[in-house]
Amino acid sequence: MSEPQFELKVEGNSGELLFNGPWQLASKGTAPFSVIAKQLARHDLQQLRVTIADDCQWDSRLSAVLLSCHNYCTEQNIAFDGSKLPQGAQSLLKLATAVPTRQQSKPQQPGFNPWRALTSGMQKMLGFLGFLGECAEATGKLLVGRANMRFTDLGQFLFLAGPQALGIITLLSILVGMILAYLGAVQLRLLGAEVYVADLVAIGMVREMGALMTAIIMAGRTGAAYAAQLGTMQVNDEIDAVRTLGISPMEFLVLPRMVALILIMPLLVIYANILGIIGGAIVGLGMDISFLQYVEQSRQALDMTQVLSGLVKAVVFAALIAIAGCRAGMSCGRDSAAVGQATTKAVVTAIVYLVISDALLNILYSEMGI
Amino acid sequence: MSAADTKHKAHIEVTGLTMAYGDTLIQRDLTFTVNRGDIFIVMGGSGCGKSTLLKHLIGLLQPAAGEICYNGVSYFDASARQQDDMRRSWGTTFQTGGLFSAMTLAENVALPLQQNTQLSKAEIADLVHYKLALVGLAGFQNYYPSQISGGMQKRAGLARAIALDPEVLFFDEPSAGLDPLSSKLLDELIVQIQQTTGATIVVVTHELASIFAIGNNSVFLDPESKTMLDCGHPQRLKTDSPHHQVRNFLARGKLSRGQLAHDQTDNSHREKTP
Ligand SMILES: Nc1ncnc2c1ncn2[C@@H]1O[C@H](COP(=O)(O)OP(=O)(O)OP(=O)(O)O)[C@@H](O)[C@H]1O
Ligand SMILES: [Mg+2]
Repeated sequence: MSEPQFELKVEGNSGELLFNGPWQLASKGTAPFSVIAKQLARHDLQQLRVTIADDCQWDSRLSAVLLSCHNYCTEQNIAFDGSKLPQGAQSLLKLATAVPTRQQSKPQQPGFNPWRALTSGMQKMLGFLGFLGECAEATGKLLVGRANMRFTDLGQFLFLAGPQALGIITLLSILVGMILAYLGAVQLRLLGAEVYVADLVAIGMVREMGALMTAIIMAGRTGAAYAAQLGTMQVNDEIDAVRTLGISPMEFLVLPRMVALILIMPLLVIYANILGIIGGAIVGLGMDISFLQYVEQSRQALDMTQVLSGLVKAVVFAALIAIAGCRAGMSCGRDSAAVGQATTKAVVTAIVYLVISDALLNILYSEMGI
Repeated sequence: MSAADTKHKAHIEVTGLTMAYGDTLIQRDLTFTVNRGDIFIVMGGSGCGKSTLLKHLIGLLQPAAGEICYNGVSYFDASARQQDDMRRSWGTTFQTGGLFSAMTLAENVALPLQQNTQLSKAEIADLVHYKLALVGLAGFQNYYPSQISGGMQKRAGLARAIALDPEVLFFDEPSAGLDPLSSKLLDELIVQIQQTTGATIVVVTHELASIFAIGNNSVFLDPESKTMLDCGHPQRLKTDSPHHQVRNFLARGKLSRGQLAHDQTDNSHREKTP
């Protein structure tokens, strides 16, 4: 006898359930309560007495079955008699049934409810508008010098967003410059106008790729970091603590991050533009265009309007990345999974904002004839 | 108004407060008054909504119904400026500490002082040292919250809460996670703060010893009926409350010893039966 076993004896409408064999977690065999329930259901019982054989070894495995048995009897209105059980089993059963199983008070919403989806969507929109409003208010306060912002925080965020990002920006900008140069060379060689590769790279970097590539890097690096920092602060009650100190979390937490990113992005974009042009020049060397010739050609291709149009993009992108990151962090839930979701959301929304705003700005520029 | 008048005036009045997270009701129809200078205990079983009540009292959560008045002014009807002023006169500790993890303990405690006073750096440093010494953390100024233990984080949170000598102090389970000696010291500190500054103190706690040692007013929240069962002096509730849940909760010390003995005989019985 090396498996858990049970035996049901029925006389009239009273039954006796006897457990024997090893009922231990380590013993072999399967004996789920459903098997016992099936047998019980065959008879029309009014009362059930439960006993354990004298030589039966038991632990929680049996206790769990006893509890299910007890609950089954309560459900089916069968009188459960456990008085023949060993004292230990009886008191464990008493403990397990002391607090009644709680009825789930919040049933899952079955299926898709369009009304609910609509109202929750509206609420999210309102929340976002509220966030933008608070952002604008805080920025206004900063401009008149009354915002509650720690300048040590600002310094730290400037360092994290700027110098720390230089390595990856260097690598990617040179590569993007080279890609643009190769792309242009294929076509321009057909016309024998290889020297215009310099124009193409310079304009492509300064007007478009410099700002966009830097923004995408910053969305992944800094935007995600903002969301994770603020989300963790939400989990640790730190944001509540800021509020209870009478400080606006918007001014104290969001503003330094946003200002740091807006200050640093144009600088990073200028750096990326220069490196992109150098990347193009490297390709140019392979096509017998001398470095000086290349630089001179680039200089002629560019004017101040083009450089500025790229920098305006940089500022807009910076604000959007900061807003996406901080919004995701501030509306984060209160567990670790929510922090992960907030980070993902920060990056995805930032990239969507970037592409949309880039398209809009390009339309605007072409309308303005820039 | 003379000082004697304000002495017995109601400081916090809660009327018909109902609290809910979305559709989930937590507690309803709470009505009680905290008088100026009270040490007011919020008690009740785990998960009955004590921390939630505290978050309503400090204005972090909006009531589903009812109102909360400070000195006769309803917090949620007040203007943004009034709300800011009210919040500045409160100090709060959170169940999880709520320290700013990116700042050292000294910076944490200094923050409310920098924000709300014109004190010089040196004076602030002195005050920070004093407040940390009060909670037994002198010398930990330059530690980050992640570098100290959970109980120490609680005490550091307390130091930050009392930085501005607030009029109302809210403590969420200040002594959970502290050893008996430290929690006794903490009780003494709370009473001291009350006596020296005259602050009104609201404490969420399960510790029976603390409840009787420091509390002179209290409210009992019941998770079953989702409302308050009784309020008043803890000693009175222990002997005279009409609700057996309240009397049992407050008399647990004795009850549990009896129950424990009973359980032990059960176990010894089980050992003997093969
Ligand atoms: N953010 C939330 N969203 C939804 N429900 C919540 C939230 N926070 C708490 N609850 C629910 O509210 C109830 C009360 O929680 P609360 O934290 O106030 O309990 P408590 O009395 O402080 O318990 P404890 O003594 O264990 O700290 C719990 O049942 C919990 O499930
Ligand atoms: Mg709590």
